[in-house]
Amino acid sequence: MNIMKKNIPLLLILFITAFLNPLSAQDLPDPMSPPRLVNDFAKVLPADQAALLEQKLFEFNNQTSTQIYVVTVSDLHGYEKADYTTRLAEKWGVGQKGKDNGIMMLIKPKTAREKGEIFIAVGYGLEGVVPDAVTNRIIRNEILPAFKNGDYFTGINQGINTLMKLTAGEFTADEYLKETGRSPASRVGGLVFFVFLMLMLFSGRSTAARHRSLGGNLPFWILMGMMGSSFNSHQGSFNNFSSGMGGFGGFGGGGGGSFGGGGAGGSW
Amino acid sequence: MKNRRSKWLSIIIVVVVILLVFNYFKGTYNTMVQHSEAVDQQWANVENTYQRRTDLIPNLVNTVKGYADFERKTLEAVINARAKATSIQLDPQKLTPEVMQQFQQAQAGLSGALGRLMVVVERYPELKANQNFLDLQAQLEGTENRIATERRKFNETARIYNTYIKMFPKNIFASMFGFKEKPYFEAVKGADQPPKVKF
Repeated sequence: MNIMKKNIPLLLILFITAFLNPLSAQDLPDPMSPPRLVNDFAKVLPADQAALLEQKLFEFNNQTSTQIYVVTVSDLHGYEKADYTTRLAEKWGVGQKGKDNGIMMLIKPKTAREKGEIFIAVGYGLEGVVPDAVTNRIIRNEILPAFKNGDYFTGINQGINTLMKLTAGEFTADEYLKETGRSPASRVGGLVFFVFLMLMLFSGRSTAARHRSLGGNLPFWILMGMMGSSFNSHQGSFNNFSSGMGGFGGFGGGGGGSFGGGGAGGSW
Repeated sequence: MKNRRSKWLSIIIVVVVILLVFNYFKGTYNTMVQHSEAVDQQWANVENTYQRRTDLIPNLVNTVKGYADFERKTLEAVINARAKATSIQLDPQKLTPEVMQQFQQAQAGLSGALGRLMVVVERYPELKANQNFLDLQAQLEGTENRIATERRKFNETARIYNTYIKMFPKNIFASMFGFKEKPYFEAVKGADQPPKVKF
């Protein structure tokens, strides 16, 4: 009781700030650094299994620009699981801006006192290929049976396999590059070169390691930075290039995708 | 000579001041329009999610109806609540707290009827094992989540707009051009203001 009473002002403040300023709610963790697709905050996956999933999702991201995040948390801070996942996915900007092709699988592991919760939030752009009823079936048929046996890896793995198959038909990075890369270039010839430079700049920015290794070329990068900042308004669309170019660097983080509450959840 | 110079100087000052004032008013007015448009746009999203739920209901009712002994009363309550909810369409340009409340009440009535239906369903194990019904249930849950999300986004957009038009000295300007405060959805209304008791 005492603890409760002590916490009431704190809870009130949290409650009010959550309402007044929902976007900076502190209950939602920041993505792990450096950015990655498997954010195992609750530590339910051994390192090698997490790396395996990460590799698979990273390659899928490179091929299709569809971002599938797997996040585990040990506390939902009193949020409804759908609300929490949607807010977190929106905060991290899962998926590409404009395409909204992101998916976030959020897992709160089962503990002795609380049941486990899972929610798969589907971005606006994928609601057509991954409808709620399908998401619900994936959870029921492929994920929960494994989770009930305490096997998180198998459940997650089967779930993302199906999600990848479903979303793969949407569009390829190649088609997208052609569509967005050529049309402005054909309008202004010199822009081709500029697009290429932006590409270099972006992959340079997204990977700190690469940036460092290119540190000897500092004046070049300063120049690029100046060009980049004067063309800030274009960055949203160029964002896609960095993820479209596989093997150019590490995972660059969320692309600014948006979520509208689509998806389904379950508990065990 | 001196007189003419100061005359020119004052003309220039007046012109510059007029330009500055004009620019300020133009910027403020256009920003208000932008914020207002964003609210209208978000209102459309809210209505879409409600429409989505309305569209799901005939399918749901038909599936449940198939179970011969399913309670008539519960189903009829859902159908009636749906009819009531669809009868209220709002013009985003004329969002007042009163019409907003009417809209919310009608939708809340439908939410309540659907909630009762889902409770009754618990007594029908064959229905709960029906794949078609499970899919519909998932869709309905997804729609409720979408409604909650779009409502939250609406309140966020409305708050940005309201804060903008209520700040001094823009508030004078806003009332001059008829920019009115936009109402919120209930959840936030309660946090902002003391709850009103109605008898």
